[in-house]
Amino acid sequence: MKKYKSILINPIFNENPIAFQILGICSALAVTSKLETSIVMSLAVIFVLSLSNWAVSLIREHIPGSVRIIVEMTIIASLVIIADQIIKAFAYDVSKQLSVYVGLIITNCIIMGRAEAYALKNPPLQSFLDGIGNGLGYTLILIVVGSVRELLGSGKLLGYTILPVQTEGGWYVPNGLFLLPPSAFFLIGLIIWAIRTWKPEQIEES
Amino acid sequence: MSNESTKKTVLVTLGVCFVCSILVSTAAVTLRGIQRRNQEQEKLKNILIAGDLISGSEKLESEKIEKIYQGHIKAIIVDLRNGNILPDSLYTDQLNPDSYDIKSAVKDPDLSRDIEENDIAQIGRMPVYIVVYQVIESGEIQKIILPIFGKGLWSTMYGFIALSQNLKTVTGFTIYEHGETPGLGGEVDNPQWKKLWIGKQAFDDNRAVRIEVIKGKTDPADPETIYRVDGLSGSTLTTRGVDQMVKFWLGDQGYGPFLRQL
Amino acid sequence: MIEHYLSLFVKSIFIENMALAFFLGMCTFLAVSKRVETAVGLGIAVAVVQFITVPVNNLIYHHVLKEGALAWAGLKDVDLTFLGLITYIGVIAAMVQILEMTLDKFVPKLYNALGIFLPLITVNCAILGGSLFMVERNYNFGESMAYGLGSGVGFALAVIALSGIREKMRYSNVPKGLRGLGITFITVGLMAIAFMLFSGIQL
Repeated sequence: MKKYKSILINPIFNENPIAFQILGICSALAVTSKLETSIVMSLAVIFVLSLSNWAVSLIREHIPGSVRIIVEMTIIASLVIIADQIIKAFAYDVSKQLSVYVGLIITNCIIMGRAEAYALKNPPLQSFLDGIGNGLGYTLILIVVGSVRELLGSGKLLGYTILPVQTEGGWYVPNGLFLLPPSAFFLIGLIIWAIRTWKPEQIEES
Repeated sequence: MSNESTKKTVLVTLGVCFVCSILVSTAAVTLRGIQRRNQEQEKLKNILIAGDLISGSEKLESEKIEKIYQGHIKAIIVDLRNGNILPDSLYTDQLNPDSYDIKSAVKDPDLSRDIEENDIAQIGRMPVYIVVYQVIESGEIQKIILPIFGKGLWSTMYGFIALSQNLKTVTGFTIYEHGETPGLGGEVDNPQWKKLWIGKQAFDDNRAVRIEVIKGKTDPADPETIYRVDGLSGSTLTTRGVDQMVKFWLGDQGYGPFLRQL
Repeated sequence: MIEHYLSLFVKSIFIENMALAFFLGMCTFLAVSKRVETAVGLGIAVAVVQFITVPVNNLIYHHVLKEGALAWAGLKDVDLTFLGLITYIGVIAAMVQILEMTLDKFVPKLYNALGIFLPLITVNCAILGGSLFMVERNYNFGESMAYGLGSGVGFALAVIALSGIREKMRYSNVPKGLRGLGITFITVGLMAIAFMLFSGIQL
């Protein structure tokens, strides 16, 4: 039981996919200008990551080396298409905003990365949990960055005004920088600093 | 049977493909009905928002939306080459306001043509006939809603621009389909930005197209502001796409001839 | 005529730089930029893959996938665009596999230095993004070649630049928690802002 718990919790702070493994960066930059899109993207990634890890692990003993990557890709691509169909059917408004990026989950390195690094070598239940754990690690970063960017960039959270914006009669002058992707770089850099100050074992000695 | 044997390789790949295709097609087919209804709803909703008949933030059931649509909107077909309205008698199965769809029209070689020059919206082909929506209240045409589409940064954007009776003032603007960057160019879908269009003048007194989307914010003190809409910060290319799209469709290649006839 | 291709080429290197303007391919970009040598290797690998896959995918799109494309086979009404994503990735995966085998045979040092990030070029969003843009913008074969080469070179330029900066930074006094990945993120953020100056230029 303790082992399962550690598989789940480890990727959140100790081996965070974005802050430590350097995986999943592109989407972290692109969809975090609003909290709403960050949340939907995170849920989609958790869905695809956990199921793909589980599926790859299920057949891991039977995948021939020559077609390994293509088989993984087929599984991942199918799951993403299914996730996209579900979002288009039940969350149409959000799907309009996320359209391009849901497709790009196929190329999200976290999914391929964990399939190669974990699912190919571990049993299905553990792989499934590893998928959820890494998904949660990804979600953590996305939610933090998304909240800060939306709040400081437009004064809102989930569309609700928290800091009344000047153009709507308030006092807050929105910091335009936070609406641009480079701000996500800065924020993630600072988050990494924070995590490594808390857990010095992650510090890179050059 | 070794994993690396040809037989196993073929078996595994076929097996994976088979299972995946079943799952994907099941999802696609069962959900298609709901998705299509969502899209239809979205289009009707946007026509009504552009016509200022419902507000963007209301959540209405589909029956209510359809009722408002039936009660206030009349769809007509316009020949974009000369601006003439196609009379009801000439409607066919392929060409009538109910079944008309811009995307299919552009793909159909009979219903569309290549744009030879000045393709500032970068759409390549445009329909020969297009559906235009009239907002009718108290028996009079109050507003006219024109579908527009053009290239943004990542995708082709589809929307509507609505003009008042005097055919100069913009009374509504929406973009209902696009694939622009969420939070940046994607903000063309933001009701707050769409509101900025209301009241702007599309044409000047000589009926020249004057409306434009500028970079940055407009200056309220400048008299030219009546023709200008604030751009979206952080999405220069999407904003430019919207600007070019509007200019194309309001100009002589788009609805120009049609509007002159009204 | 040649001006059109040239401008497309230059545009895709600077104004529409895959890594610094569209933020595609970030994982490999950040992970393989520690040393200039490996960065140059990765840059060339990406440019080669891009230069081959974009035109090949263009051919496939125009002759197999597009609506009406299968007219030469007598199937005028078939629209296979939904198979696009998986086909392009298939082509890219095959290309990367070939590249992997070539490098292993002829340049083993680079092969080892790139490690796991060589197969990860398959899922590099910049490569897939290149093909997707090509479809979206409806390029012809010539334009696909110019765009493929340009976007690949642009990515190479960005990753080599970053590696140069990171190598120099090894001698700076970076706070412990920021060392390595942290300061790299901040550096890339600054590089991205610098590249934004290109976004207003129209060629």
